[in-house]
Amino acid sequence: MKLAKVTSPHLHGNNDTSQVMKLVILATLPGLIALVWFFGWGVLINLLWAWVVALGCEALVVKIRKRPLGYYLNDYSALVTATLIGLALPPLAPWWLTVVGVGFAIIIAKHLYGGLGSNPFNPAAVGYVVLLISFPVEMSSWLPARGVEGAITPGFLDSLKSIFPLFGNVGVDVITQATPLDQLKQRPGLTISEIWLPGSAFGRFAGVGWEWVNIGFLIGGLFLLFRKIIYWQIPVAMLGSLLLMSLIFWGGSGSEGHGSPLFHLLSGATMLCAFFIATDPVTAAASHRGRLIYGAGIGVLIYVIRVWGNYPDAVAFSVLLMNFCAPLIDHYVQPRTYGHSKNDHDKSGDS
Amino acid sequence: MSISRKLYSFPGGIHLPENKLQSLGLPIQSVPLPDKLILPLQQHIGAVAKAIVKAGDLVKKGQCLAQPQGFVSASFHAPTSGTIVEIAEHEIPHVSGLSGLCIVLQPDGEESWCELQPIADFNAAAPAELVEKIRQSGITGMGGAGFPTSVKLSPPANAKIETLIINAVECEPYITADDMLMREQAAGVIEGVLILTHILKNREAIIAIEDNKPNAITAMQHALTGLSEPHCIEIAIIPTRYPSGGEKQLIQNLTGKEVPSGKPPLHVGIVVQNTATTYAIHRAISHGEPLISRIVTLTGEALNKPGNYEALLGTPIEHLLQLAEIDNKKLSRLIMGGPMMGFALDSTELPIVKTTNCLLAANSAEYPEPTPANACIRCGACAEVCPASLLPQQLFWFSMGGELDKAEQYNLADCIECGACSYVCPSRIPLVQYYRATKGELAQRSADLKQSDHARDRFEFRESRLAREKAEKDAKRKARAAASAKAQAAKKAAAALAEKEGGAPATGGETDMVAAALARVEAKKAEAKKTEQKQDVESTTEQKEAVTESVEAPSKPQDPS
Repeated sequence: MKLAKVTSPHLHGNNDTSQVMKLVILATLPGLIALVWFFGWGVLINLLWAWVVALGCEALVVKIRKRPLGYYLNDYSALVTATLIGLALPPLAPWWLTVVGVGFAIIIAKHLYGGLGSNPFNPAAVGYVVLLISFPVEMSSWLPARGVEGAITPGFLDSLKSIFPLFGNVGVDVITQATPLDQLKQRPGLTISEIWLPGSAFGRFAGVGWEWVNIGFLIGGLFLLFRKIIYWQIPVAMLGSLLLMSLIFWGGSGSEGHGSPLFHLLSGATMLCAFFIATDPVTAAASHRGRLIYGAGIGVLIYVIRVWGNYPDAVAFSVLLMNFCAPLIDHYVQPRTYGHSKNDHDKSGDS
Repeated sequence: MSISRKLYSFPGGIHLPENKLQSLGLPIQSVPLPDKLILPLQQHIGAVAKAIVKAGDLVKKGQCLAQPQGFVSASFHAPTSGTIVEIAEHEIPHVSGLSGLCIVLQPDGEESWCELQPIADFNAAAPAELVEKIRQSGITGMGGAGFPTSVKLSPPANAKIETLIINAVECEPYITADDMLMREQAAGVIEGVLILTHILKNREAIIAIEDNKPNAITAMQHALTGLSEPHCIEIAIIPTRYPSGGEKQLIQNLTGKEVPSGKPPLHVGIVVQNTATTYAIHRAISHGEPLISRIVTLTGEALNKPGNYEALLGTPIEHLLQLAEIDNKKLSRLIMGGPMMGFALDSTELPIVKTTNCLLAANSAEYPEPTPANACIRCGACAEVCPASLLPQQLFWFSMGGELDKAEQYNLADCIECGACSYVCPSRIPLVQYYRATKGELAQRSADLKQSDHARDRFEFRESRLAREKAEKDAKRKARAAASAKAQAAKKAAAALAEKEGGAPATGGETDMVAAALARVEAKKAEAKKTEQKQDVESTTEQKEAVTESVEAPSKPQDPS
């Protein structure tokens, strides 16, 4: 009889990292459905293609690092990264765009820094930023959403053909259009009411379609909160600070206006960021108060870059900038340990 | 009365599957005498006890076998009458798996007691007398680490004890020893609380029980209402949440106070005692019986007859497992203590000691082999459940990287090793294992530092001593020189005086002889110098030749090796 010599605790709960990752992917479903409805099958094809690329890159690196393949692929973390990039790409992004973005995210941003858990920057945000800087034209070629005047939502085959030109030429010409965030930014001297017309890209609260996409991600995010996969501090702080900033600097619907708070909350990748990107625990601050600061920082940066910066949306940049700050935040914002006075950490930190 | 108490809370904590019912089916079982009893000299925290018997001695039940050495130490007694077989190294139940010196006793089956000296009316006795009796009875904490009870009961004279807490929480899954003890011996436990209150003169005494033990709560409440004398005891029912029985967590939960880091609860006017310990105190004072047995929960899927057994200290585990009808084919892991903080044993030959509250004989379905850990994704689940409000994911990071300073700065020392963080970790990282290792490294480092400081102090002291001695010597020499110079001067003066008085010096011939000798020495020296110069010339030529040779050397064909 051989008795196991194991140290305590001997009991273990049912939490499981791969389960966490699977739930995160599952939670993107409402947003994904909205995206597919408003922008066509290209979104889904992008997503699946991103998965294939991500698994391929992950397998390649794990092989080069001489680690057990199945063990690493089973944690589903590569698929989460791929999902986030896939959802953020324009609906008819050419296939190589996905390869470059996902490849950079998995190989360089994740594995060159040591793999899952060791990367200081959110891989999905890094991949997205690389694409945005390198291929601005392809990355801003969004389709008008279903319901916008003149919008043609391509069918499955057309989408497939535009993404993979190998399958033959595209049958119909697709019109691309700037996103509502872009249109709000690039309006020479026009007032908001002047561009916010019936039949334009602007809908009830924000962009046509975009408001529903954001509501979809909000629903998915609430599911993650309910399942305790993510904690409330980051989304609440991020959305709260974005709300506050857009309230303070609203400026009405004149030519000086920067868009209503609701417009900012329901535009672009706001909700995707609040619940799926900013909440990546690996690259976020660790303590409760730290998460509040981290989330608030992202919200402020998103607004600052959207309104006064050069890019219409700024989710990836804001997340990366706050990734830089996370270790600093963690250093200064530590919870008070049992039996210690508040200043204990500072004292020991200075010595 | 129990509902009225305001409860505070403590951060973190987890809800665990309780698994307590299995061992609650039977009343406390008695255990037939085993063939031998193995009694480790160290069953407590503090200095090892010193054996006062030798092999071959006949001992009575309750006779003292080993005396405490020092203040923080504990004695122990013969659990039954019999013969001392040997005092030798034997495996002991310790997390290190090391062995220690044990007294081995062979029972004679007579169970004949030595003379017992109970204290009939503890209220009439002086507290110091009671504490001494507890010390002589070998009572140590029976729930956790085994800290000698008498030490806890001897607060400094200026300390004011506000609250006595009886820890009857028993928050670890599976364990029901205290639960059963309260069900069957409630009056004895209450009596123990009264004795402790008499000793500590505390304002209030709180018996804290988790709400998952309704029968024990009823029994205790019944015993309390039956008490005729006025008392300050109340029963607090606390919500079931692990680790509510941790000393610091219990204090926080009941009083809202926190024990400052590194200080005992005494610092905030609180003393905490375990239920079984309290009962043992009652047995020692009111019946004169030293601590020779305890209730052990035997449970786990590998046992067919789980339950609580009153076992003599030193009873081999194998003996108890047989009694609980173990199925050896099923047994894959044997844990002493609970599944969260207990340690795995690798032998069934080990004895029961004072702190053994549970033996968990688990099968592999219940406790499968640990799976390889995934990477930490810093999800923070660990920080959410940490009762000490630490950041376990950061501590893990520092432990992995060997960053001892950082780990210290993030208060690793305040980790109580409850295991809640490991339990919830989705990546199944054995976090507590890392913390233990790092704590060990920190302890080693501070010990090394102490040693090197000590060595430096000794060195510096030696240096200063040598310098002082040298200075003293110099001073003495100078004094001597001065004295001799003075004497010389006096002599000269005396000689001059004599010359003046007596004409030619009396030592004229002697000076001539000295001059002649000096001349001889000078001549010899001159001769020696001549020969030396000659040799010098010869050696320079030799050197020159050597140089030329070495210059030529590289042109010679080189050795291929």
